[in-house]
Amino acid sequence: MTEAARQPASPPVSGERRPRSNPAAGLGGPSRSRVLDGRTPPSNQILRHLARSPWCRWEVPVFGLLAAAPWGLADAFNGIGGPLTSVLILCIAALGLNVVIGFTGLLHLGMAAFMGVGGLLLAILTVPTNPLEIGFLPAVCVGVCGAAAAGGLLAAATLRLRADSLAVVTLGFGEVVRVLLGNLEQITGGMQGLGPVPPPGAGLSLAGTDLGRAFVIDPRWFYLLALALLIGVIAVLRRLEQSAVGRAWIAFREDPVAAATIGISATRVRLAAFTVAAAITGLAGCLAAANLGTTGDPHSYGFGRSVALLCAVMLGGPGSLPGTLLGVAILFGLDIVVIPAIDAWSQQLTAAESAAGPLTLGSWRLALVGMALIVMMRFRPQGLLPSRRSAAELREKHR
Amino acid sequence: MNLVSFLQQCLIGLTSGGFLGLIAIGYTLVYGTVGLIHFAHGDVVMLGGCLAVTLFSLAGPLPLDPPANWLLVLAVAVCCGLFCGSLNVGIDRLVYRPLRQASPLAPLVSAVGVSFILMNIGLFWIGPTDRAFPEVLPAGDRLAGGVRLPAADLLVLAIVLPAFGGLLVLLRSGFGRSLRSVAAVARAASRTGGPERFIAATFFLGGALGGVASVAAGIHNTTVNYQFGYQTGLYALAAAVLGGIGSVPGAIIGGLVVGLVRAVSIAVLGPRWAAATVLLMLVVVLAFRPAGLFGRPAAAGRLP
Repeated sequence: MTEAARQPASPPVSGERRPRSNPAAGLGGPSRSRVLDGRTPPSNQILRHLARSPWCRWEVPVFGLLAAAPWGLADAFNGIGGPLTSVLILCIAALGLNVVIGFTGLLHLGMAAFMGVGGLLLAILTVPTNPLEIGFLPAVCVGVCGAAAAGGLLAAATLRLRADSLAVVTLGFGEVVRVLLGNLEQITGGMQGLGPVPPPGAGLSLAGTDLGRAFVIDPRWFYLLALALLIGVIAVLRRLEQSAVGRAWIAFREDPVAAATIGISATRVRLAAFTVAAAITGLAGCLAAANLGTTGDPHSYGFGRSVALLCAVMLGGPGSLPGTLLGVAILFGLDIVVIPAIDAWSQQLTAAESAAGPLTLGSWRLALVGMALIVMMRFRPQGLLPSRRSAAELREKHR
Repeated sequence: MNLVSFLQQCLIGLTSGGFLGLIAIGYTLVYGTVGLIHFAHGDVVMLGGCLAVTLFSLAGPLPLDPPANWLLVLAVAVCCGLFCGSLNVGIDRLVYRPLRQASPLAPLVSAVGVSFILMNIGLFWIGPTDRAFPEVLPAGDRLAGGVRLPAADLLVLAIVLPAFGGLLVLLRSGFGRSLRSVAAVARAASRTGGPERFIAATFFLGGALGGVASVAAGIHNTTVNYQFGYQTGLYALAAAVLGGIGSVPGAIIGGLVVGLVRAVSIAVLGPRWAAATVLLMLVVVLAFRPAGLFGRPAAAGRLP
């Protein structure tokens, strides 16, 4: 049993760094009283607070660069802006999966289905051919709530299952949703998907410009929207991880029996984690549908996508938010950008020599991903950017 | 649907349920000994099917005359069994054995990785589309009270039933007792680096039955596809979990139930609903019997 499991209710020992200076907290050492007595100028206080907040390690540079990219690097952005937006959306979905896998240690193999649920609800409520046609924002809310409800229902139906059976049932659930999306043509549009989903902000206007048109004309707006929502989700997950609920999840992951003896209910852990994860993934599904303008091929919500998200989370480091983002960036970056580039390059080299079908890297994509997973699990099971807590746990195990 | 066509569907369901059960035994044996869901098992079986296609194409023009073709099928089934068994042992040796002490998520994710690699190998072996499985028997149907008995299905039963029988006899022998004792103390045994010989034997047995099942599945489905492990393997996994993963009779019964439900839902609702029906049934059954039909409820220490 690890240290974290023995004292799960105590504040996280080795988790993310928390802001140490909190002017509102009153009692404190000399530095804090200096802040309180007001001799330091207020702007300085804010700066100091910001510098000590956990956001200032990698987030500000990374997200600042990402936010500035469409304007600063306009030429490069025109080429990769579309895929980049998709990668941001997949980051949100992977963060949702990370709630289940990273925080509670349960394996979920049907996460992409919640993207399908969220996207479908958004499409049903906004597509002009349907009579409902409510605005974008309420429709996204319904989509997220619907996905959360689906997640909660799945958790409720599988409460008593062992982790291994749970993995199989979640896989089955994902397939059921995919089959339903493909077969209920009247509601879901079948294999083509339901569309056209209007752009976010359609019908709204701000300072004389029609927001819907702005989103259509300039893809950078959607990119920024996805980025903003990603940052929002990270902020929520940060707070959640430090809260009583988050600490209960991690205690459950470490040792369910020990967690149960101090009153952490496995039922509540599972229900809460599945619901939150499904809500976040449902949000990603809404964004994906709005980005494409349609819910698209149901296969994009099937097992393949779920496993791709799983690979991203395991690659980056389960339980670690930056790790998850890095995992998505590596996996989908390879898939969308690097492998096609290498194949194009090698085709240029070999086209003159061999008329036969070239042996492309893209056709060994599956095996490459598989090898990466196996090697990671063998040599670096905590992931590329592990959370401090799980790194500490592994150290303790090997001591 | 009248009685005759219902019986017809039941027959189809029982034959497909037979090889699903054989594949499911592979999942359940491995789970019973090392406590791992071997996600790559379906893809091991898929590679067995690829080998069968290659071997049959080496054998020359088909179909052959009666005694020769039965012997040919027997020989191919044995070859595929040996191949899949050895492949399974190799996977265990290379991938799972170093992870016996690791957290339970690590081998599961590695299993997904192995499944990807095997799928890619299958993709290069038989190509991206359905590959026709050779017609081993001339198409000669027999009728029994209006129900058609395709010769191919009889062949499938002739492959599956002896395999079931052999397995049940084997499990009653000393080997079976050893397996059960390893399973009973799986956690303790794996902690102490325990009886690796029996774990390897389990992987070989599961893989060998899968290899035999791959021939039966190929004859029944008439095609092999590199996604077989994901399509048919998912049904087999559902069968193993439905029967109670870890229980061999459970896997056989689970396979038959899944095969029957699938065949009837194909007949009533159409083929595109088959997967959803089977998996929904699985979720509903597990909601009421979390350990499956024949599984023992989890001991408190092994939750979740």
